[in-house]
Amino acid sequence: MSVQAASLPVVAAPARKRRLRLRPSRLVLNVVLAAVAIFWLVPSIGIAIISLRPNGTFGQSGWWTVFTAPSQLTFSNYQQLFSAGFKAGSVLDSLTTSIAITVPVTILVTVISSLTAYSLVFGRWRGRTLVFLLIVAMLVLPLQMALIPIASLYKVVDNATGLHLFGSVIGTVIFHVAFGLPFGIFLMRNFYSGIPHDLLEAGRIDGAGEWTLFRKVVMPIGIPALASLAIFQFIWVWNDLLVALIFLGSSTHITLTMFLYGQTRALSNNYWIISTGAIISIVIPLIVFFAFQRYFVRGVLAGAVK
Amino acid sequence: MAVVAPTSESVPSAPAEILPTTSKHAGGGGFRSHFGSLLFLLPGAVWLLLIVVYPLIATVIRSFFDASGQNFVGIANYKSIFSTTDIIVALKNNVVWVVLFPFLVTFFGLVFAVLTERIRWSTAFKTIVFMPLVFSATAAGLTWASIFFIDPHTGMVNAAIQTAANAINPPGLYPIDPTSGQTVSSLAATGTQPGPGGTLESKTSVSAGSTVQLGLIGISPTTLQQSGAVPAVVPTASSGITGLVWRDFSPTHPLVRGQVFPDEDGIPGLHLSLLNGSGASVATTTTAKNGTFSFANPGSGNYRVQIGANNFQAGFNGIFFLGTQSLTPTSSLSPTLQAILSLPIVDIAMIIAYLWIWAGFAMVVIGAGLAALNREVLEAAQIDGASEWQTLRRVTVPMLSPVLVVVFVTMLINVLKIFDIILNMAAPSSQAGAATLAVEIYNDFLSPTGQGLAAALAVVLFILVIPAMLFNLKRIRG
Repeated sequence: MSVQAASLPVVAAPARKRRLRLRPSRLVLNVVLAAVAIFWLVPSIGIAIISLRPNGTFGQSGWWTVFTAPSQLTFSNYQQLFSAGFKAGSVLDSLTTSIAITVPVTILVTVISSLTAYSLVFGRWRGRTLVFLLIVAMLVLPLQMALIPIASLYKVVDNATGLHLFGSVIGTVIFHVAFGLPFGIFLMRNFYSGIPHDLLEAGRIDGAGEWTLFRKVVMPIGIPALASLAIFQFIWVWNDLLVALIFLGSSTHITLTMFLYGQTRALSNNYWIISTGAIISIVIPLIVFFAFQRYFVRGVLAGAVK
Repeated sequence: MAVVAPTSESVPSAPAEILPTTSKHAGGGGFRSHFGSLLFLLPGAVWLLLIVVYPLIATVIRSFFDASGQNFVGIANYKSIFSTTDIIVALKNNVVWVVLFPFLVTFFGLVFAVLTERIRWSTAFKTIVFMPLVFSATAAGLTWASIFFIDPHTGMVNAAIQTAANAINPPGLYPIDPTSGQTVSSLAATGTQPGPGGTLESKTSVSAGSTVQLGLIGISPTTLQQSGAVPAVVPTASSGITGLVWRDFSPTHPLVRGQVFPDEDGIPGLHLSLLNGSGASVATTTTAKNGTFSFANPGSGNYRVQIGANNFQAGFNGIFFLGTQSLTPTSSLSPTLQAILSLPIVDIAMIIAYLWIWAGFAMVVIGAGLAALNREVLEAAQIDGASEWQTLRRVTVPMLSPVLVVVFVTMLINVLKIFDIILNMAAPSSQAGAATLAVEIYNDFLSPTGQGLAAALAVVLFILVIPAMLFNLKRIRG
């Protein structure tokens, strides 16, 4: 107690000083931005609370009633969704499918992008600038341009070989990788351009092969950019709906976004599934975001937008 | 994926001090540098040629063939784009998005970026506004659909409007529901007739010592229960005017009107006026729980009992934000003109939700540009006596314009391809009216008769992004 009392004036003095410096306009600014921040938080809080209210309450009262009646909060929606286990079409199966698509795509895009970028920056072949410009042109290419021929191609290959590309995770991964590559190559190429060529020349004189140079010299330096790319790619593919709808529309295993979209037909009746599923789908991107915020922001700053 | 070439200062660059990691292995097999580095190109090149370049060409060719892909139809698919109302609506919606969204998101991004520089908790603010960027448009769209839900008990926006509307114009105890076509006159059943201004009046004149029974229908038992109604009681005559207002509907005798059954409740809390011969109110009263009322000393003469309009004042029942009602007056126009000129309300609701997702992106990119600005120029402007606003308008914004253009173009490409938010946010009944080019491509792709058209629409989308493509190429080369 006495320690607290003794330290009080010390704490209070600078606070008072600070308050004195707070001009009215600064106060207004803080209040306005606080209001904006609350506005930005409300939707996330709302959907989280809806998911924590019992099934059937969505149509009866607003989620904000929990502030006066917190006893209605329950995990029953989560229990109910998880109780379906990994059955096809369940939320856990969708979670697995989303991971099964997102992880391979992320790995393939980062690896292939860095290989291609290495070749574009440190290779000696002619036409590197032209190829790079073609890749820059592909950055904004709408993936709608590829849907019909690739769907047909998959079906032809499936018929000829007995493979299962259309309607499968593999077919979806192949398509996602292709449309992740232009940005990946672009980002990695820009990063590698900053590596002095002398560094590689030294290695070459020592007799190191290209693969060794790539693995031992370029890749370690490129880790920050690779991290940005991987996180960016992960979130982009995780959140995709269009590609999944096209290539997994006929599948029993669907992604989380497809799972959520499938619930929209009877909006008010199954908001307990929608809200709970939405929160489940957001958890992994949020963890990635908060764990690697710096890299994600860097990826965004590199001009990537979905 | 819509990507715009970055500003030079935002590209992550390799660290300046790089430790030379000389390899001890002289391996690498037989690869010599030229061949080896070309081999590195192979996976990316094959992937891009097969899944991006080949389909690009195939789609262009496909767009000149019919749905089956067998018959060459020339530009027929392109012609039908401009004769199909659904597609005209989709193109219109794309225009709405393109005109409003990139401008708004850049504006908010700039405002937030400039303002956060002046607060102590800018990191917290930036994190809060930036966070929705990791949400899928699916999850965000469904979240905002719940916020814009029509029922004021559930939808937050409508709940807020209802609170304000009820404060300004409180609803009656027995509000009618105009959205389902209910009117005050439809409530009149026995002994009542519509009066002026949404009131109801007794059909017959009453005088001191007489009783009057006013039967109403169309009032829900739930509402009556809430106002504490008890079974109606037939009034007894007194020296004044007595009467009863009751729910003239018996579940056991659903077709009989004008008779008070034991399972019929009185209508409590109604505000009544006693009108004299010239229609002026001479006395007021309120009905009891059993629906009875009395005017004690009316004096001689003939009167009418009036049930005031405020009893039936409709409440606010919610705006259908996720619907396609037009914000522009187009109802008198031809269907084609309506398709072109209408502005569906759901477009605005979706743009708000999309701003919620993307404003953080604009803020962070513009904020990085702001941090890279030459501080000396800004300080010089302030020393020369420019106000904060003048500095912002005349110095900061012009210096930032390359970054602002990047954000604007990025967002432009993004909304040209806008897809998932529409599928998830517009009500099922509004899907056709809220569709965009990308949604239309998806629908036609799924339709057995639409693949030729889908290809043509994809080509149109491709043509629309070519300016952005050239913009990127110019930035890279220049």
